[in-house]
Amino acid sequence: MSRRVRTVVLAPALAGLSALVYWGLAGLPRFGDYRGPYGFIINRVATPERHMTNAVTAVVFDYRGFDTLGEEFILFAAVVGTVLLLRARGTKPEGERDWIGSDGVRAFGLLFAGPTLVVGLWLVAFGTVTPGGGFQGGVAVAGGFVLVYAAADYRSFRKIGNEHVLDFAKGTGAGGYVVIGLAALVSGAPFLHNLLGPGQSGTLVSSGSVAFINWSVALEVAAANLLLVLEFLEHYDVPLRGGGK
Amino acid sequence: MIVASLVPLQATALGLAVLASTAVVLTRDPLKQIVVNALYGLVLVLLFVVFAAPDVALSMLVVGSIAYPIVVLIAIARVRSGKRDR
Repeated sequence: MSRRVRTVVLAPALAGLSALVYWGLAGLPRFGDYRGPYGFIINRVATPERHMTNAVTAVVFDYRGFDTLGEEFILFAAVVGTVLLLRARGTKPEGERDWIGSDGVRAFGLLFAGPTLVVGLWLVAFGTVTPGGGFQGGVAVAGGFVLVYAAADYRSFRKIGNEHVLDFAKGTGAGGYVVIGLAALVSGAPFLHNLLGPGQSGTLVSSGSVAFINWSVALEVAAANLLLVLEFLEHYDVPLRGGGK
Repeated sequence: MIVASLVPLQATALGLAVLASTAVVLTRDPLKQIVVNALYGLVLVLLFVVFAAPDVALSMLVVGSIAYPIVVLIAIARVRSGKRDR
């Protein structure tokens, strides 16, 4: 297609799109105008009802706990699919793996691996009290482990990131959510009902069963992310030591 | 709800987001683009903080600065190593 034809095709489309975008923007409510009643209701009832001071976690793992179960299995299915594709190509022999030669990267990994891990665990633990939760904390925990790879070498990383352990952790995390839901069902309450009941607001045990759901999600997210990194690194044969193989 | 004292911060964060997102598009080298994109992620974290959404900010922080860069970085490394074999 010549430049001229492309311009002729583009011009009316661009004009139409601009008009639509302008029309949409002109009809927007004013800045700061919030019309959804849901947020206001949740803000008012979440803490008195569920004793969780983080209303977002109350929505994600309690009011909309069933939706989150579905989301968790989207992540689970995506990672299982990726891992299946990557494992089909087999593994490389042990000796060929490289370590990271840059001192800057190693120093960074050494300094931040521990703190990242601790921040991740803290985000999970206090997810029901302050901002955070299983998803955010789980990714941060996985990030801390990846920094071990940056600080040391692939073999040290493999000791933590063993795929048998990670497969198990990922499955346990995903299944744990369902088990907590079923436990409520077995005891005669609706699926995912908060069996342990709300505790005292502002403490780690304020949320009852939600804390367990939170930790099982964290386990699944951390294991799934680490497994992805591991499966990609398994096929990683770029020489990092100054170019030569 | 508009908090008057936050409006200048919010305007700054929005301006930074425009600049950073343009920078991502204008960076052509994928490796450099990962770094620029992670910085854009941090700008979005700032944006969510000043718009009083700390939970979203934390999600953006871990996805934008940990999960996404790692996956893209390793994917690029794999594609390049595959090319070298052939």
